[in-house]
Amino acid sequence: MKKSTNVFLNAPYVVWAGIFVVVPLFIVLVYAFTDANGNFSFDSIIALKDYWNNFLLSLLYSLVATVVTLIIAYPFAYALSKTPAKTQKIQMMLVMLPMWMNLLIRTYSWMNILDQNGIINQILLSMKLKPVTFLGTPGAVIFGMVYNYLPYMILPIYTVMAKMDNSLVEAARDLGCNGFNVWRKLILPLSMPGVISGITMVFVPSVSTFYISQKLGNGKIMLIGDTIERQMQALNNYNLGAALSLVLMILILVSMFIMNRFADSTGEGGVVV
Amino acid sequence: MDGINSSNVVELRNVTVKFENDVILDNLSLAIRDKEFVTLLGPSGCGKTTTLRLIAGFLEPNEGEILFDGVDVNGVPAHKRPVNTIFQRYALFPHLNVYDNIAFGLKVAKVPKSVIAQRVSEMLELVNLKGFEKRAVNTLSGGQQQRVAIARAAINNPKVLLLDEPLAALDAKLRKDMQNELKSMQRRLGITFVFVTHDQEEALSMSDTIVVMDNGKIQQIGSPTDIYNEPQNAFVADFIGESNIIDGVMLKDRLVRFHNRTLECVDFGFEPNEPVDVVIRPEDVDIVHPEKGLICGTVTSVTFKGVHYEIIIDVDGFKWMVQTTDESKVDDFVGLSIDPDAIHIMKKSEYSGTMGDYSYFSDEMEEISNPDYGNEETEDEEVD
Repeated sequence: MKKSTNVFLNAPYVVWAGIFVVVPLFIVLVYAFTDANGNFSFDSIIALKDYWNNFLLSLLYSLVATVVTLIIAYPFAYALSKTPAKTQKIQMMLVMLPMWMNLLIRTYSWMNILDQNGIINQILLSMKLKPVTFLGTPGAVIFGMVYNYLPYMILPIYTVMAKMDNSLVEAARDLGCNGFNVWRKLILPLSMPGVISGITMVFVPSVSTFYISQKLGNGKIMLIGDTIERQMQALNNYNLGAALSLVLMILILVSMFIMNRFADSTGEGGVVV
Repeated sequence: MDGINSSNVVELRNVTVKFENDVILDNLSLAIRDKEFVTLLGPSGCGKTTTLRLIAGFLEPNEGEILFDGVDVNGVPAHKRPVNTIFQRYALFPHLNVYDNIAFGLKVAKVPKSVIAQRVSEMLELVNLKGFEKRAVNTLSGGQQQRVAIARAAINNPKVLLLDEPLAALDAKLRKDMQNELKSMQRRLGITFVFVTHDQEEALSMSDTIVVMDNGKIQQIGSPTDIYNEPQNAFVADFIGESNIIDGVMLKDRLVRFHNRTLECVDFGFEPNEPVDVVIRPEDVDIVHPEKGLICGTVTSVTFKGVHYEIIIDVDGFKWMVQTTDESKVDDFVGLSIDPDAIHIMKKSEYSGTMGDYSYFSDEMEEISNPDYGNEETEDEEVD
């Protein structure tokens, strides 16, 4: 009885996942291993070797962005969890507020702000300083990633910090821990599930982004996302685009697998994605 | 308890704690002797947990001093105080197993690994948890977690072990066993225990000294028998055990008048005709034939309690509680017989007339019917 109800309840999701996840993945796989005429071929896979530097660049940028995000988010989330409950909600809303706007609009806004004739350079000029070129630099791209994905890091870390029982902190102090040891021996290990969720949620969209690098990188920085987009949109080479996507997927799966191993070893599995 | 000297392991002098405008502790002074089992007893919000947190160092007093072995420790943080705490809900570290929880304090103190291993196994033996080293703490029962918490605190050889209602979360049978175990553990360890509870029975059966608290003030300090037999005011008499507290007048030494009868008693030292509170324990009253009774009344309720009957008797509108093994029936007209040494006379206090009559539900009953009940306690904990 119970089992049949479960199957019945699951059915819509199974159908949904089949049509919108499994079938597209299969199509990607088919494209990756065929040529433009639809014949089985390793051409696209072989061609991948020309793009390994794009992969490395993507990995490097997303790693730097993830580390910077973590460095900003961790102390922020900790401080936030220590403020009075009433102001916590408002502050959390302020963190989430930019996410109510579309990613494209936010990135476009930064393009305008960082532009050669943008607000920042206008201010610099009015202060008789030399204008700075932001767009097209690695710094601008990483800044864009950090800005866009910061809430995804703050939220899971804040959640684990907020639900941490204060009597645990008192117990640690009672057993001889100074402030640093309380953090190292208690707060850090207990916040790891949140950190791992945060890393995953920032790393995955960063490594596959094309929009941020395109707009803030001024087209000069070709990440793997940009390469895929170019193959698909400009060059109509769906086969190579699919092969690149496949590698990116494997890359993400491997990194998530590694992160999940960390999550398991800390007890609570906290990976959200 | 008056002796303020250096054999007091912990001493509080004129300590006041305020939380915003609420006075949590009001000019409280308390001396705790070495190797003593002291219980802080009182209703929720009386300041007992705050007192414990002051000693632990989680809280600094607004006024007054706290001394350890005669040395002022105001401003000394919790991790530098030679005391350890057993928390109400144990506060075991969820990311560590039983061994690492117990070893926590010694690891922080950078004690050599071999010494830690030996001490942990001693502690596991002390709390009867041998073989549990590798278990995750969230797989343990409440009683087992309790023991881990005790071992985790005791392994650091504290001078004073602070216990914040440690038995509150256990069921009745286990609580009784743990009372005995804690008491014997205290003797074996040979250290001071400061135990916080709202359970008077727990306090009476475990303590060397009981500190009865209410409204941020100490109401009475004494041994369990002193507290029970010689309560100093109506609050103590009512809170510790059951009491009939009657308005009376001390005519002269050893002669008291209440319920319009004059009775002999054994107390003296009051002014002639001084108004007093008269305390008579329910188990000290005998039900006799109305002709033989000093005081007569009508039975209004009879409850069978196993060991005895609990009988409520209306005497001129005042409801007495009597505990006796003889059964009576509702509406019986009976006499009450009281020995002179069962009558205890107390000076009038702010609590006079507010308790000790069994016409109403108890305070606790009223408290749990009140939606705000328990809020005081959380405020108490938030002080930090």
